[in-house]
Amino acid sequence: MGLIFSFFTVVALGVIVFIGVKAADMRYLFGVIIPYAAFFAFLIGIIYRILQWARVPVPFRIPTTAGQGKSFPWIKQNTIDNPFTSIGVIIRMTLEVLLFRSLFRNTRAELRDGPKLSYGSTKWLWLGGLAFHYAFLIILIRHLRFFLEPVPLPIEIVEALDGFFQVGAPVLYITNLIFLGAVTFLFLRRVVIPQVRYISLAADYFPLFLIGAIGVTGVLMRYFLKTDVVGIKELTMGLITFSPVIPQTIGTIFYIHLFLVSALFAYFPMSKLMHMAGVFLSPTRNLANNNRAVMHVNPWNYPVKAHTYDEYEDEFRNVMKEAGLPVEKE
Amino acid sequence: MANPKPEELARIEYKPPKTGWMDTPAEIRKGMFCHAGKSKSLEYVGLPNPRQWTVMEEDWKLPENWQEIFIEGLRERVNKFRSFRLFLDICVRCGACADKCHFYIGGGDPKNMPVLRAELLRSVYRKYCTTSGKIMGKIAGARELTVDVLKEIWYYAYQCTECRRCSLFCPYGIDTAEITILARELLNLLGLNIDWIAGPVANCYRTGNHLGLQPHTIKDTFDMFADDLETFTGIRVNPTFNRKGAEILVVVPSGDFFADPGTYTTMGELLLFHELGLDYTWSTYASEGGDFGFFTSNEMAKRLHSKIYAEAKRLKVKWILGGECGHMWRVWHQYHNTWFGPMDFLEEPVSPITGTKFENAKSNKTVHICEFTSDLIKNGKLNLDKSRNDDLVVTFHDSCNTSRGMGFLEEPRYIINNVCNKFYEMPPNTIREQTFCCGSGSGLNASENMEIRLRGGLPRANAVKHVVQKYGVNMLSCICAIDRAALTASVDYWVPGTRVTGVHEMVGNALVMKGEKKRTTNLRGDPLPGMEGE
Ligand code: HEM
Ligand code: SF4
Ligand code: SF4
Repeated sequence: MGLIFSFFTVVALGVIVFIGVKAADMRYLFGVIIPYAAFFAFLIGIIYRILQWARVPVPFRIPTTAGQGKSFPWIKQNTIDNPFTSIGVIIRMTLEVLLFRSLFRNTRAELRDGPKLSYGSTKWLWLGGLAFHYAFLIILIRHLRFFLEPVPLPIEIVEALDGFFQVGAPVLYITNLIFLGAVTFLFLRRVVIPQVRYISLAADYFPLFLIGAIGVTGVLMRYFLKTDVVGIKELTMGLITFSPVIPQTIGTIFYIHLFLVSALFAYFPMSKLMHMAGVFLSPTRNLANNNRAVMHVNPWNYPVKAHTYDEYEDEFRNVMKEAGLPVEKE
Repeated sequence: MANPKPEELARIEYKPPKTGWMDTPAEIRKGMFCHAGKSKSLEYVGLPNPRQWTVMEEDWKLPENWQEIFIEGLRERVNKFRSFRLFLDICVRCGACADKCHFYIGGGDPKNMPVLRAELLRSVYRKYCTTSGKIMGKIAGARELTVDVLKEIWYYAYQCTECRRCSLFCPYGIDTAEITILARELLNLLGLNIDWIAGPVANCYRTGNHLGLQPHTIKDTFDMFADDLETFTGIRVNPTFNRKGAEILVVVPSGDFFADPGTYTTMGELLLFHELGLDYTWSTYASEGGDFGFFTSNEMAKRLHSKIYAEAKRLKVKWILGGECGHMWRVWHQYHNTWFGPMDFLEEPVSPITGTKFENAKSNKTVHICEFTSDLIKNGKLNLDKSRNDDLVVTFHDSCNTSRGMGFLEEPRYIINNVCNKFYEMPPNTIREQTFCCGSGSGLNASENMEIRLRGGLPRANAVKHVVQKYGVNMLSCICAIDRAALTASVDYWVPGTRVTGVHEMVGNALVMKGEKKRTTNLRGDPLPGMEGE
């Protein structure tokens, strides 16, 4: 149900623009107003969500320790997976964010007759996830060429590297292939692996379809339904300098692409995509395991009612005395 | 109720049902859950909504406004625990955690996949605490909190041992244990505790320990230990209780006073302290290192452990030495300092025997007994005869909490390697930080839920079986009182013939003491290797 719902939602988004631009000529709406609105929704939404999390205290220091902790000098500590200092934490977080270190540990449990359980290493999700995110990142960086004039050198370099395996003109970017491949992989594993299919919600299919559709429209525009790139740059530069213009030469496919991106931006803050920010705040990862050496303060720590020694002795004084145990009051 | 044969229990179906999980009501099945908490236990500590209720009965006698209580409680807690809110918000349902849970591996119930266990509550959170859930309902993964949903949350919150194995593999460190812990807190607002937790909590509040051992009983127990030890070693140990001015307060899980094989661990510790001439005391008031309050609510956990520091203060000790126990050490290591600190009435712990400063415990002033002992061995302070443990072929089970909540991996291994000759590790994906739960942690070691315990115990027991077959292992060592009880049942079922021991039992066996008689038996009274005829 989630799958079908998400699929048709994305299709509907495309159809809306198509009609809007083709039939009703609402280019200004789709080229200017919606992108602005989406961008600000994105910005404000993300800030709001982060503040919402940041406002909530971290009452306890609960890192998941994934290696030997700090002990005696003669026991080798795993300073990355079980950091004792902030530097260790920074390294751990960097590896987590840039290389998905935890996902790299992934195993697959298998039960054979006997019973015999085994846990082989499996790296596919890690690899697919990494490919997806890095391709996404590079594509995002490449897109900056539409918002900067002149195009800065680093972006030119990224493009040149990305288009290294030139196949005809226009340049075929490898990231485009990897991106579409990775999105397809992530989608397929979601429907093929029974357990993952079982846990999947519309909120899992929707971003994949949306991102996939953005990729497909982008590729279509670039390689098949050539659009007026000069016109697009005029539009994007207009947006970023707050003096929007709508060149009439831009094809509908561009508006579809732009609208889907706007949808992604607007959807981002209220979705699971917020994991991008959340991962940095995760208390099982971003805290040092030094609880017994440094006191962690809980801002809402409050006194609790306990059973005092006096109450205890009052109840058991006689048996304590009989057993020869010391007491406070005779 | 008889359990099915191991071969039958191990026939596990991992394919999820055809209907979606929201449309598949939980089937509450005997053997999988623990009895309801008794009202007198709840009343004793003043937990809300105490009453007699029965799991298998339709009517759980919930308070009139139960929905409101639960949802208010949920709203309150997502504003108090960043972990909770974040973990409810950011899961991408990638499924990496799914087959990491021993209950899913051993049972195949999809709602025991950590991600789905969390979704049970997450769906309610979406409905009542997020805009998209309020508006879009089911399509946004939100659902109404009905009585059936509540029962489902209860059923699966008490099928999670809070072992945190899932959190190790999650790309965002989402810790389903944290969600279970807070789910249990919410359930406790409605008086929905289980007997195996509520009983020990009430006992612990009153007598200082989960088992409800009163002061004179503790004293008697130790007298018996001393008698046995005298028979085995010719040496009379003289432990003191509630003694003011001792240097060190020793607190261990009370299971080690009462149930074999934990008792042998206490006996090993008694021998060690005696041999060192340690200036220490036990306490009958602070007679529990474990904390079943932790399986009830954050507040209850704190209430139960206040006594440890109150006692340390009253007796004017310098620092506290803690025994072998898993969840006990999660609480001591990750919570004590925050609840009770700063501990300025204690001193930074220093080993009186070696002079070693326990730098990593300098603020909290609590030292793990394996830290203490490994430092003694490293400094050559113990005379150990490994060959006394030669009848043992040993493997080591890392407790979930000491490995994933502390990173306490090498200390016990160092000791084991110094007290016995034959030590073999289980496969790498089943030990250290990837260790599997015994299957009965977090207060689930009752008898009425034996099926789920055995299922959850399968991954661990199966790894034991591997080393039993490969190296002839016959002794599973561990540093946890619950392990000692739970693993005994689990290996009895899955790998019969294997026994379970604490690390300090083996220390006690290997320890050559000044003035001891020629030892012919180990601490269990079984003949030492080569002494069978005597
Ligand atoms: C700091 C930045 C980020 C980190 C560390 C991160 C990390 C991850 C990880 C580890 C996964 C799970 C593996 C997988 O399913 O592929 C994941 C999933 C995902 N991420 Fe990110 N991510 C980041 C930013 C983003 C951004 C900016 C987007 C897109 C707009 C995004 C979109 C997704 C999607 C759609 C999935 C789910 C894939 C699926 O359905 O299986 N992520 N992310
Ligand atoms: S591994 Fe983490 S993000 Fe993935 S499904 Fe499990 S809890 Fe969610
Ligand atoms: S904490 Fe342990 S028992 Fe609970 S869901 Fe995670 S793996 Fe399973």
